[in-house]
Amino acid sequence: MAEIEIRNLCKKFGDFTAVQSSSFRIEDGEFFMLLGPSGCGKTTTLRMIAGLELPTSGEIRIGGEEVGQKPASQRDIAFVFQMFALYPHLNVRRNIAYPLVSQGMRRAQVREKVAEVARILGIEGMLDRPVGGLSGGDRQRVALGRAIVRDPKCFLMDEPLGALDAEFRERMAEELRALHDRMRATTVYVTHDQLEAMQMGDKIVVMNGGVVEQFGVPQDIYDKPATMFVAGFIGAPPMNFLPFHGTAEAGDTTVTLHHQALPVSALREPFDGDMVYGVRPEHVRLSDAGGYRGEVVATEYLGTTQIVTLRTPDGEIKARIPAGQAARMGETVGLEFNGATVTLFDRQTGRAIRSDLNEGVLAHG
Amino acid sequence: MAEVVLQDVTRRYGATLALDRLSMTIADGAFVVLLGPTGAGKTTTLRLISGLETPDGGDILMGGRSVLRDTPAQRDVAMVFQQYSLYPHMSVRDNLAFPLRSPVLRTPEDEITRKVAEVAAALRIEDKLGNKATELSGGEMQRVSIGRALVRDPQLFLMDEPLSSLDAKLRADLRVELKRIHAQLGATLLYVTHDQIEAMTMATEVGVLDEGRLVQFGTPREIYEDPVSLHVAARLGLPRINALPADLFAGAPVGAKTIGLRPEHMRQGEGRAAQVQRIEPLGDQTRLHLSLDGHDIVTLTDPHTDLEPGDSLAIEPRNALYFDASGARIV
Repeated sequence: MAEIEIRNLCKKFGDFTAVQSSSFRIEDGEFFMLLGPSGCGKTTTLRMIAGLELPTSGEIRIGGEEVGQKPASQRDIAFVFQMFALYPHLNVRRNIAYPLVSQGMRRAQVREKVAEVARILGIEGMLDRPVGGLSGGDRQRVALGRAIVRDPKCFLMDEPLGALDAEFRERMAEELRALHDRMRATTVYVTHDQLEAMQMGDKIVVMNGGVVEQFGVPQDIYDKPATMFVAGFIGAPPMNFLPFHGTAEAGDTTVTLHHQALPVSALREPFDGDMVYGVRPEHVRLSDAGGYRGEVVATEYLGTTQIVTLRTPDGEIKARIPAGQAARMGETVGLEFNGATVTLFDRQTGRAIRSDLNEGVLAHG
Repeated sequence: MAEVVLQDVTRRYGATLALDRLSMTIADGAFVVLLGPTGAGKTTTLRLISGLETPDGGDILMGGRSVLRDTPAQRDVAMVFQQYSLYPHMSVRDNLAFPLRSPVLRTPEDEITRKVAEVAAALRIEDKLGNKATELSGGEMQRVSIGRALVRDPQLFLMDEPLSSLDAKLRADLRVELKRIHAQLGATLLYVTHDQIEAMTMATEVGVLDEGRLVQFGTPREIYEDPVSLHVAARLGLPRINALPADLFAGAPVGAKTIGLRPEHMRQGEGRAAQVQRIEPLGDQTRLHLSLDGHDIVTLTDPHTDLEPGDSLAIEPRNALYFDASGARIV
């Protein structure tokens, strides 16, 4: 097992830059998420780590060794694809054993390894069945088994749950994570599902347009987004954005929107111009005292909470409030914001303005 | 628009009973969501109402009149499918106008123009009317196919998982939009899904289907707070309700086999000590995986919790749900 270090990694396909100077570090034993929308460069990055693509420039170190220009076969990694490719004419046992047999391992040892992996995955009972008749989940378990059996330095997974339905996906996600907790193998996992990344990952890299937008632990990425892209990509519903124009000084704890002073986390730098007030739905409260007002245009019941959509002078905003609290369509209500959690953004660049909230994260991010 | 009533509707495919005496009333102006896993009979119900299939027993009434002998066209229902099928060579405007230009309807051209503009505004695709269907994104295409159903003012809209092929953000937007359109047009909708968020957020009533039987019908809040069975309780709620042996905690009523605990049914810091296995941040909240006497329990806590794996956390039920050996709720 090993740590993986990515330094200034670039990949161009002709004129198209798929990955632009990315740097991040994956610690030994980490479950690491590469998150972003389609076309953001996450799969290209994974394929470069695997050796399926060679970088245009930059370094990839696995366990301290520079492997950027080495072929996949010399990197000792295992790749699990979204579409689990199994050998249809072989049974489960022979599918899992295949990598070991092709390495020339002794038969008794292969048997032992396959039995061990089957036990870890809970598929001992199906070793002699053909893979053709297996359910989607069992096929994915067999594909995982074939990756695990080799004891590689790290696992690379490209949306391994993407093809499964929602309920089953949740269960497999838990299984995968539990498996990782037992084996502690360095794992790099590509997904476009922000909730999957938050729930499963020890750390997350958020990519967009070939660029690393933010790198950190899940809760920091959620609470302290470095860019508007991250704030809008993470969370369901995502962060609310209220655009405004104004001037702010370092030390300010309020900004003025529509003649109302709204609280923000104390600023660490001045800013003058177009800004965006960013607040998460659970930090918006409906309150008669609130001077900033909005009209209720939709409510969505979610069991314990509800999402209320409000129209304000600066745009639509969503609030997550207890399901028992009244919110009537058409009613105009006051809004209060939890200032300590609010991020201001530079509207032009999308970058977060430094504040007490995000200072520690932005400094090394 | 009209009230639709299903009376003991039964449908068999060979030896399989796809629908077992389904009775349900879709009130005029209702937004009914049928919720259930694959194979529960959701799509079969839609196909029977639309007239694409005939029931083996029972009756289907629209506006008080049996429609079993009517053709699909006579029933005047509009269907929206998961896979949008637009005419690729036509513009968005012509795709939307197509149902109105049907020789049966003979709609005057100025009426068509007015209707198309109205629906395009409701769906917020006014600026795309001149585009070819192939120049649209997935979400826009699905909005056009919903629009093609809306232009017709049918008796009833039938929608079969229309959002399931869209990405999460777009699904969230269209959920709000569909609800708004429903309110705006006063339309009657029967909507099929296996997505509990869609059922909870959009429905005026939810019908929970299990193996061809309607096991509960009520408002989302009734289904969530007052489920008739463990099966229904497990259909709504994230994380899913914890089903545990009733004797794990003191105070179970007589005959209780299972205690059902949602996160809001657990007081933290009192009661029996559970071990924290895993902590999953969701952003706005944090999911706790606990273990108590070898049973897994999932609950929620503050996103900035100090708890760590290996810690002990006491939990105690409050207002829990209890179920008997057959899975029926004990009240």
